[in-house]
Amino acid sequence: MTTDNKSQEQLDLAALRKRLASQHGKNYWRSLNELAETEEFSEIVKREFPRQAQFLEEFSRRDFLKVLGASLALAGLAACSPREIGKILPYSTAPEDLIPGKPLYFASAMPKDGYGLGVLVRSEMGRPIKVDGNPRHPVSQGTSDMFMQASILDLYDPDRAKNITAQGTVKTWDDFSAALAAQSGPNLRILTGTVSSPSLADEIQAVLAKFPQAKWHQYSPLSLTRGALTQVFDQPVSVQYHFDKASVILSLDSDFLFREPGSLRYSQDFGIRRNPSESNGSMNRLYVVESSLTLTGSNADHRLAVRSADVETFARALAVRMGIQTGAPADKMPGLDWIEPLADDLLSAKGSSLVIAGERQPAIVHAIAHAINQALGAVGNTVVYTDPVESNPIDQLASLRDLSQDLDQGIVDTLLILEGNPAYTAPADLDFPGLIQKAKMSVYLGLHADETAALTTWHIPAAHYLEMWGDLRSYEGTTSIVQPLIEPLYGGKSSLEVLAILLGQKDAKGYDLVQKYWQNRLKESNFEVVWKQTLRDGFIFDIGLFPQPIAPQVNSSVLASVQQSLASDVLEITFEPDPTIWDGQYTNNAWLQELPKPLTKLTWDNAALVSPKIAQSLALNDGDIIQIKLGERSLEAPIYVQPGQAENSLAISLGYGRKQGGKVLEGTGFNAYSIRTSSAPWFAGDVQISKTGKTYQLATTRDHQSMEGRDLIRETSLAEYLQNPNFAQDSPDEQHSLYAPVNYPGHAWGMSINLGSCIGCNACVLACQAENNIPTVGKDQVSRSREMHWLRIDRYFQGSLDAPSVAFEPVPCMHCEQAPCEPVCPVGATAHNAEGINEMTYNRCVGTRYCSNNCPYKVRRFNFLKYEDDTTPSLKAMRNPDVSVRMRGVMEKCTYCIQRINAARIQAEVSGNPIKDGDVRTACQQACPTQAIVFGDLNDTSSQVRKLKDSPLTYALLGELGTKPRTTYLARVTNPNLKIKDQA
Amino acid sequence: MTTSEDTPVLQPGHTYNSITEQISNIPLTRVRKISRGWWVGAFLAFLGTMLLFYAITYLFIQGVGIWGINVPVGWGFAIVNFVWWIGIGHAGTLISAILLLFRQEWRTSINRFAEAMTLFAVANASLFPILHLGRPWLFYYLIPYPNTLGLWPQFRSPLAWDLFAILTYLTVSLLFWFMGLVPDLATMRDRATNKWIRLIYGILALGWRNSARHWHHYQSVYLLMAALATPLVVSVHSIVSVDFAYGVIPGWHSTIFPLYFVAGAVFSGFAMVLTLMIPLRKALHMEDFITARHLDNMAKIMLSVGLVVAYGYMMENFWGWFGDNPYERAITIDRYVGAYAPLYWGLLFCNVIAPQILWFKKVRTNGPILFVIALLVNIGMWLERFIIVVQSLSKDFLPSSWHLFTPTIWDIATFAGTIGLFLMLVFLFVRVLPAISIFELRELVHHKSAESAGTETAKNTVAD
Repeated sequence: MTTDNKSQEQLDLAALRKRLASQHGKNYWRSLNELAETEEFSEIVKREFPRQAQFLEEFSRRDFLKVLGASLALAGLAACSPREIGKILPYSTAPEDLIPGKPLYFASAMPKDGYGLGVLVRSEMGRPIKVDGNPRHPVSQGTSDMFMQASILDLYDPDRAKNITAQGTVKTWDDFSAALAAQSGPNLRILTGTVSSPSLADEIQAVLAKFPQAKWHQYSPLSLTRGALTQVFDQPVSVQYHFDKASVILSLDSDFLFREPGSLRYSQDFGIRRNPSESNGSMNRLYVVESSLTLTGSNADHRLAVRSADVETFARALAVRMGIQTGAPADKMPGLDWIEPLADDLLSAKGSSLVIAGERQPAIVHAIAHAINQALGAVGNTVVYTDPVESNPIDQLASLRDLSQDLDQGIVDTLLILEGNPAYTAPADLDFPGLIQKAKMSVYLGLHADETAALTTWHIPAAHYLEMWGDLRSYEGTTSIVQPLIEPLYGGKSSLEVLAILLGQKDAKGYDLVQKYWQNRLKESNFEVVWKQTLRDGFIFDIGLFPQPIAPQVNSSVLASVQQSLASDVLEITFEPDPTIWDGQYTNNAWLQELPKPLTKLTWDNAALVSPKIAQSLALNDGDIIQIKLGERSLEAPIYVQPGQAENSLAISLGYGRKQGGKVLEGTGFNAYSIRTSSAPWFAGDVQISKTGKTYQLATTRDHQSMEGRDLIRETSLAEYLQNPNFAQDSPDEQHSLYAPVNYPGHAWGMSINLGSCIGCNACVLACQAENNIPTVGKDQVSRSREMHWLRIDRYFQGSLDAPSVAFEPVPCMHCEQAPCEPVCPVGATAHNAEGINEMTYNRCVGTRYCSNNCPYKVRRFNFLKYEDDTTPSLKAMRNPDVSVRMRGVMEKCTYCIQRINAARIQAEVSGNPIKDGDVRTACQQACPTQAIVFGDLNDTSSQVRKLKDSPLTYALLGELGTKPRTTYLARVTNPNLKIKDQA
Repeated sequence: MTTSEDTPVLQPGHTYNSITEQISNIPLTRVRKISRGWWVGAFLAFLGTMLLFYAITYLFIQGVGIWGINVPVGWGFAIVNFVWWIGIGHAGTLISAILLLFRQEWRTSINRFAEAMTLFAVANASLFPILHLGRPWLFYYLIPYPNTLGLWPQFRSPLAWDLFAILTYLTVSLLFWFMGLVPDLATMRDRATNKWIRLIYGILALGWRNSARHWHHYQSVYLLMAALATPLVVSVHSIVSVDFAYGVIPGWHSTIFPLYFVAGAVFSGFAMVLTLMIPLRKALHMEDFITARHLDNMAKIMLSVGLVVAYGYMMENFWGWFGDNPYERAITIDRYVGAYAPLYWGLLFCNVIAPQILWFKKVRTNGPILFVIALLVNIGMWLERFIIVVQSLSKDFLPSSWHLFTPTIWDIATFAGTIGLFLMLVFLFVRVLPAISIFELRELVHHKSAESAGTETAKNTVAD
């Protein structure tokens, strides 16, 4: 290339540097002139082109192939180039352990509201594709929840922020660090969520030390009990519950199976105690007092639906009965006839009973719960108090109020918001969006260009947890190292890296920051060894890092407070985290959006849940829009009639109605934050509702709620089960066949699903979605009943509308030995294999849908339209390479994760050892926190699934049709207290 | 129902010549002299055909998701229409073949038309099995052809049987129809004045020279073909019914289906013949050839097969209640009171109640009333197929998967489009081919004159 030296204007090198730094991806520039986009350069290109054209014409075929080969090779190199240009090496020195086609697993930790969950991430050729629980981690123990499964989609979300911006213009990291270093005045404010990360806390403390006027605030919209708990004990305390040791449990408005930081572990511990056939006929008993039907409430043996405000009355009445010094309940309420048998039950199980109060209950209810626990001798057994796990346990609501005050007074020089989207989640009365703009400089580190990013002067794309270094502590104090699986896709930064600027380390790498911190903290002589071991295990095994048990006393002045009661005919509104998209941080996650909420089966929207009685008295139907007036604020939202909702209580979930931050969240749901105030963040009385006459289409995956008296879920009480363990068995002469049974000499795969321990948490559904490349279809298609989940959880209500009992039934493909789908396929696209798996041959399928019509379980899913997204590049990287992506017009369904079976088979052939029980675990089985799903070889007499199949609880769904399903169910056993009469 | 009737099969006074002239003049009308009514009707039918092509194009671009089908209701309008059209296509063969074998001479004035209608209906019907596929470009997977994969269709599947049944029926119907046309095509050839038209008719007439030898062969082949076609009247719809009866779905899983479907098919076929014939005989001034006697006989057949269909409904209900199968019972109750109940009651009215009026001879010979009844039966039979296909699927075993089917604009467009195509073909048919069999009517004249001349021993020779 010729360079024209004469008469050339001086290039503005500084400007060029800037342009380069702001460009992303592969950008080759040919000369400084091109960069400057000068006219001379365009002229040269024009002049140059004819020459090239001529060159092309003279190509012989051989030359052409040579050039083609070279350009292909170059394209290959270019395609795998990371952002940083380094040495190019041939692949003969491949990364350690990397065998193409074989996945690698890395231990890390996933943050959820500041606490860590130990994860094991599957990586295929450098791409993380699935997140599961880390089997060694004491909280996840190999199991997962829906958020863990869905987090992989967050990583590859094409809507993530890709640029550092300052008021809309694209800037560079250097710009930002310079601006932050220059402008951070003395009045620095750092706003984080709950922080459990030791290194982050340490770094924040260092910043606070350097800037004496700086302050650290915390706010996360769902963790607001800290203040109440500190009030109860006069000191910050962390509480851990041991449900595995608890025989009698009372939950006072606590949805401990879903919304506590320890819920994943709690679910496991609760689930193993719901299995009388495994534990010699013993099982726990759960009482729940709550307003809106939650996951925990639906698993209760006895559930009392009262307003959240009335839970205090119940708690006081129980406290009085247990002899605790507290103010008597102010009024009467239904359900108080429970108190006597409940108290007897709790006392009879002294030492193995516990009471847990919900996050949203006031200090007095927590105080009563802990006082009862002490009276029951639960402390040290089922309830353990320790030093706080969080780095800086403070009352977050008060903290946010302080910050708002400072912002309002205009004294804040720099506001640094480290994730959390407070402009959307902050209580409405604080007018936080307005206040953010009063800071002289505001910086937001966030994954998406969301509501907060739109208001701050700077927006820095955050690194996803699979892209960054860090550390986290779980709810019980296990410390994990967060390690990246992939370079930041969009140049995201971690909180550690942003804060390092303030400490004068502008280009500090997350890895160095974390490693240095732990080197100082652990003071090990052989740190390298410990560090490597830690990265391998996923958590630091150091006893000194665990929080110390303490024995705090309940503050009697809290107990002595007098009740402010709410008149019984007043309608209250409660706010709760959404059952799938949580507080709004997952609103742009299509998997979670489309995941049917466990109890309403709604997708893509939230709704105001009202009791059947209220709906009847106001003549409201599902989807009717009401106006909710709370104080001076109001919100319009559609209603959904929820059986089991407390009569005068209205529940609405948080997290919906967002306006910015991605394409997926557009037009979904209604923003409950807009009427949530700091004075009543959880429930508020005196809410007015009125009909608007408008309606809204809600998309549910269920049209019909009851079981129609059909024998679909077999269930009995513990007492009856002990008398007649064979209650679930069909009479033996019901199965006849003209045909001889088919022999399966090799493996015979089968599954057993325990309806007693399934808590309906949805983790399996998302695990299946992530493993099997299952597409999402959107709200319109869901409302046409075309959702694609291979595994669904059927939820049935039984009993009265006002106090129904709930049963969950996960339904994957039954893999019937006499499968009705097989003989009807005209092209033989679905057939049995020699191991008894009903297989689907996508290539052969022409899409008659006859198989689906003839499936009694309706587990087959059809690609009515082109559902797979084959254009978004980032989503391609997320796919499981072992599972075909299905095109439109093709039927699909659960395969028992046949790719995993085949991987195990290959492994067995290579190693020469036959497949053992446990070598093949399906994605749903792996995810299930309560081990309700067990898969294995029925021909292996020692396998767990074989034992379960021989259990008297085993029954086949619709077995009378003669389909001989390979997936069977274990009947559900509940444990009601015979002294309590069920509500009518 | 033969001789005691007062109304003749052919109005008296017709000679060989008058018949030939009146029938063959219609296709030979010059384009400019074609009536306005034909143009308007054909244009509307053409619009319908274009609507069909438009709907099919969009379907192929987007996929079957443009329809209202879902899981659990995997089959919707496409299959309903398929069964409906196939059913309609049953009248032709029945009239031509079975009535020929039974020597019912009144069939001669309607068989040509009924066979044509059969063909058009079956052609419409055979579109749907391909259109309804998720991947229609792979329809040939259903055909047993030798391929390198060594793969064959699955012969256990009723859908594979369907393919053979329909193709056989289509082929035999086409052959039968064309064979019946040959002598008439020769007549058209001889009467055509335009060179090109004569050429076309000439090619189609396959060199028919009206020789005694020709007639001798012709009569025996025609009879043989009729014997071959007869079983098909029963087999096609039996196999279509097995598509459903083979399934485990309550509302489908029933042994009465083959009988019930065949009766339904004849029922709807006769209804469609009447629906088209009554206005056409007016428009084409064919009252002399298609007399009240024809209407009366057709109405009687409709009434009798209608009773068989009613028996089918009765037995379905009987087993719903007394079969001790909770799923069947639930689906039966849902038919009475569920979301599709109006359609169920509607079909009972159309197919069971309304035809009872046909017990009265005055009604049977009254064109307009008979037309209304036939139209009702057509609607009723469509509703019946809708109830069987859609309603049964919408509420099967697990209440968790229940979901209703709601048609989309594309479902309706496709259905309306096939009606358009059907009418288009009917309009073209009456324009270019003799709608009534000329030579068979002439034969009838011959028989009549022989009958009347039998005592007088006078022989009336009519030159051709």
